[in-house]
Amino acid sequence: MIAIIDYDAGNLTSVARALSHIGVENIVTNNIRQIEAAERIVFPGVGAAGSAMESLKRLGLDNAIKDAFDRGKPILGICLGSQIILSYSEENQTSCLGLMDGNVRGFSAEFQKAEFQKSGVSGLKIPHMGWNQIRRRSDHAVLSGLRDTDEFYFVHSFFPYPEKKINIIAVTQYGIEFPSVIGMKNMVAMQFHPEKSGRPGLQILRNFCKWEP
Amino acid sequence: MLSKRIIPCLDVREGRTTKGIKFKDNIDIGDPVDMARFYYEAGADEIVFYDITASHEKRDIMIDVVRKVAETIFIPFSVGGGIRTLDDMRDVLLAGAEKVSVNSAAVLNPKIIAEGARAFGNQCIVLGMDVKHVGKSGKIPSGYEIVINGGRKYMGIDALEWARQGRDLGAGEICLNSIDADGTQDGYELTLTELISTHVDIPVIASGGAGEPEHLYQVLSKGKADAALIASMTHYGAYTIEGIKSYLTEKGVKVRPTGSQH
Repeated sequence: MIAIIDYDAGNLTSVARALSHIGVENIVTNNIRQIEAAERIVFPGVGAAGSAMESLKRLGLDNAIKDAFDRGKPILGICLGSQIILSYSEENQTSCLGLMDGNVRGFSAEFQKAEFQKSGVSGLKIPHMGWNQIRRRSDHAVLSGLRDTDEFYFVHSFFPYPEKKINIIAVTQYGIEFPSVIGMKNMVAMQFHPEKSGRPGLQILRNFCKWEP
Repeated sequence: MLSKRIIPCLDVREGRTTKGIKFKDNIDIGDPVDMARFYYEAGADEIVFYDITASHEKRDIMIDVVRKVAETIFIPFSVGGGIRTLDDMRDVLLAGAEKVSVNSAAVLNPKIIAEGARAFGNQCIVLGMDVKHVGKSGKIPSGYEIVINGGRKYMGIDALEWARQGRDLGAGEICLNSIDADGTQDGYELTLTELISTHVDIPVIASGGAGEPEHLYQVLSKGKADAALIASMTHYGAYTIEGIKSYLTEKGVKVRPTGSQH
């Protein structure tokens, strides 16, 4: 059983539907016991970091996720879920879960930096919305069976920026190069939406369900 | 690099698509779920459903369609048409749509954009704009005016001004439909598309006028659109998503490869 963590952060049913489609039993829940009992955890979410952290704390889910991570349970973070596993988010100046060292940066601030203004591409829209590729920095079981030309659906204005390079599994180009898949130990997280990325996205979900970190 | 998106648009009335008359193979030409699956497998990047059911009482039929589509395709899709309230938005999003599109309701009550964005996130709210060329004037400095009711009612609002306002209110994307070009199959309104796309910093989907792949090339390059809406050119079998995408690739426009689904 996979627990999809429900913390009032956007459309969680799409992850549930995608998992059901590939034949994986799942439950959307904010119940701490059910999360403890689950074999794997998906930590999705769209929305803003500030209100997401508030909800997590209010529901006691911040500790439940830390607990699952400490116990070595496979965890998949998606979109906002790939951001708030870090220490801090520039979005709403939010202290986050701190499972991985690093912070969450915004495209807006990056595009305003002098070095980008001098040499970068102008007219880039925010959010970064649509299909883009990932370039692997290292191999990961969750990315196995993908083609280099595969594209994934992104919609976000902020992105995760781990402190340690070794935690960056893949990067994506949008004006700047940003980390799009990150991970350490029993946790892997992606900025794009595998549940909305067609065949290669479903492949990632299948891989995660079999992953033995 | 971000790909330009190709987005088929399906008009749905009381649970049946209204344009799909020449589909071959085993596709039920009137079934939006079947057509969504067809386009998903053909490599569409997103799908737009436009509910043209006249009666508000029959909205549940559309919600049922949305739910079935969400179980069938695993790419984003949006639903527009008849979205008037926060509850309408919630129904569609909970049923599995990625985004909702508001058009006339937003013109009559701009607050709905801000309320929707606050409740569901900016990325969920698409501002649909129906626009007509009227010539520049003091009141309409861009020369493009917002219309509603399928172009019958002029609202006295400048299209560029409205696009900016919509963005400021929290829309995450604009679906820009030229009433002048719509249905002509003579090409998109390039001047309008470029104007909005270069002056508003959220993604713009160009709509209205697509008749051949060249038109998509023009609107995605010269028109600076982020995505292009298509309807009859693929619904009636004259072109395929794959054919359009390979044409665009040859012309140097970055699109997602269609082989992705297999």
